[in-house]
Amino acid sequence: MASPKIDPTLKNAAPGASDGGSLYAETVMIHPRTVKGTFRTWKWAAMALLLAVYHLGPFLRWDRGPGAPNQAILADMTGRRGYFFFLEIWPQEVYYITGLLFIAAIALFFMSSLAGRVWCGFFCFQTVYTDLFMLVERLVVGDRSKRMALDRAPWSAAKFGKKAVINLVWLAISASCGIGFTLFFGNAPSMLVDILTGNEDVGVYSAIAVVGGCCFLLAGYAREQVCLYMCPYSRFQSAMFDEHSLIVGYEEWRGEPRKPARKGEGFENRGHCIDCKMCVTACPTGIDIRDGIQMGCIGCALCIDACNSMMDRYKLPRGLITWDSIANQAARAEGRQGKLRLVRSRTIIYAVIMSLVGGLIVFSLASRKTTELNVIHERSPLYVQMSDGAIRNGYVLKVLNMVREDRTFILEVGGIDGARVSVVGGESNVAAATLKVSPDAIGAYNVFVNAPLASLQGKRTPLVFTLRETSEGGITRVESLFAAPDK
Amino acid sequence: MATIEKDSVSGQNTTGHEWDGIKELNTPLPKWWVYVFWASVIWAIGYWVLYPSWPTQNGYLKGTLGYSSRGELANDLELQKKGRSAWLSKIEASDTAAIEKDKDLLRYAMAGGKIAFNENCAPCHGSGGVGVVGAYPTLADDEWLWGGALADIEQTIQYGVRSAHKDTRASEMPKFGADGLLKNEQIAAVADYVVTLASKAPAKGSAGETVYAENCAVCHAEDGAGQAALGAPALNNQIWLFKGGKDSVKDLVVAQVTKPKHGAMPAWVDRLDPSTIKMLAVYVHNLGGGK
Repeated sequence: MASPKIDPTLKNAAPGASDGGSLYAETVMIHPRTVKGTFRTWKWAAMALLLAVYHLGPFLRWDRGPGAPNQAILADMTGRRGYFFFLEIWPQEVYYITGLLFIAAIALFFMSSLAGRVWCGFFCFQTVYTDLFMLVERLVVGDRSKRMALDRAPWSAAKFGKKAVINLVWLAISASCGIGFTLFFGNAPSMLVDILTGNEDVGVYSAIAVVGGCCFLLAGYAREQVCLYMCPYSRFQSAMFDEHSLIVGYEEWRGEPRKPARKGEGFENRGHCIDCKMCVTACPTGIDIRDGIQMGCIGCALCIDACNSMMDRYKLPRGLITWDSIANQAARAEGRQGKLRLVRSRTIIYAVIMSLVGGLIVFSLASRKTTELNVIHERSPLYVQMSDGAIRNGYVLKVLNMVREDRTFILEVGGIDGARVSVVGGESNVAAATLKVSPDAIGAYNVFVNAPLASLQGKRTPLVFTLRETSEGGITRVESLFAAPDK
Repeated sequence: MATIEKDSVSGQNTTGHEWDGIKELNTPLPKWWVYVFWASVIWAIGYWVLYPSWPTQNGYLKGTLGYSSRGELANDLELQKKGRSAWLSKIEASDTAAIEKDKDLLRYAMAGGKIAFNENCAPCHGSGGVGVVGAYPTLADDEWLWGGALADIEQTIQYGVRSAHKDTRASEMPKFGADGLLKNEQIAAVADYVVTLASKAPAKGSAGETVYAENCAVCHAEDGAGQAALGAPALNNQIWLFKGGKDSVKDLVVAQVTKPKHGAMPAWVDRLDPSTIKMLAVYVHNLGGGK
């Protein structure tokens, strides 16, 4: 995909604006025109939904019993637990997060192959916050032409005042963005009070400063530069598309040759594009969609709304700029009716991968045990001969109690006749030892197993640790080895 | 020389550079990117001033903040020490038996004892008290030369074995062979007897038994159980400190009776503080063989 092609005659031409031989491009602030239409409505709805989830999410409660956090969505870094409604993730289960991220990546590809850059245009936080910041500018200054005029105007008290108001509101939004982020890492209601009263940890304020500062700079000033120069996704989007992907596109066969509309003249023997540049001025990244699919297009579809409003005014059919596949556009250019092809090998593969990984996650969550036993065989000494000739091996047993109540386990060993168990700080030389583990904790025990030489098979004898929960009787088995001198 | 022209395919300008007919497109770098670059350079200069940076002839520029990673470590250690003091004072106030009874103190002592053990004891006794065959005793089994109770272990660590300390544990086995106390036949006979003693089937009425009863039993006990107070090892089991992998028990006993080898261990009371010694004793006691 070529770099965005810009009509240099336009004021808001941004990247790569051809200004002769300079190797450096001036950044021109883009002030898109406000449009009304279907996609604009969807964008407002998406923004409202996402901001609501982001800011209200941490305040949702979920009862987990006494002593446990009651926040529905919580990343407890000090307690090393992740909470998501009914789920509680331990650090060693971080692969669930890996699975989610994997699904997210494939979902992005899936979305792109189906319907282009919907993520970029509607759901990306860069898009959402840029849109919100532009709304602030519009409410304070006015629409595109007024904003551009204000930028051009010499500095005055009025200009300074307006700019100050804009920046202050931006700062407030950025601060709430930063605060909202940190609230996912602590008890939101009390943490919010602590943050606002200055009683929080310096680390929390640094996190707010970093997230909020990025929000302010990226949504306030960097804007489309983020999409064009920083985001890797725009660079490989072309690999996700094919001719059946729905993309925002200009129907060149119908629009060209473009010509300004004149009163009294009809639209015979010319294209339907009246070259009003509404699509260009409405574009938040400052590109001309009529140049074809390009990297700078984030698929927000605002140009469609802009163009449709003009088509309505001139009583021309809508859809000169459409959200449709390249194949359908080509079909219409030839006078045929195109066909939507959502089911293609590409989308099937993505859907299969997503459902496989998703199914795997759901399955492993559903069959998740509340007890886990890790057995680490002591390697120094590998084994010890006792004075009565018996051989002893040492093990470290880690019993993970993933339930929020005290639990008692009975530990037995199997596979070796006459094997006896001793627990450091507990019973010694017993057939079955009792291990107590605190709620939601890992109990670590040094365990010795003694076995008579006669029942051993030489260097290595399989040994099975069996852990039986006393109240509900759940059984956890772990196979290990018992080392001994060679026979 | 540089003629800038518009590329017909991409619509972009060229830089005017041309090599063998290949022209370079001009994709201008955004100016803000250049500003960020220079801001980073300035940041780096500030960094040089504030933090240790360039090497000099005899050292390095220390930076105005006086930061060093060593200093940071020292601070961390200081904090760590403060965090430990509560535990350490508890350990100081309790005896080893009390430490072992308290679950949390035991865990703390095991962790602290392990570190102290690896630093001070492991060079001879091996990590985990595995010992060295033929040289240093295993601390993980249930045979103890000088006693395996907590107090015994603590005393051994404090004063050592045949060490320079005045309270050291010490004993010496006579050189029965070298000093001519026993004849070679007698030594061979007693060695044969000890072999039978070790396999728990002592040869009653043998010549060796008489030699044993007259010379050895006073320290190693009639049944070969040994005597911890004298550091006399038990002879009625299969654990032999000075037995190399391939030696036979008889050869070992003959050699030891003829000209005994004695182990030695330094006293730690002047090198380690009492809390560390307590933690070490608890750790060794829990390596598996403690009595």
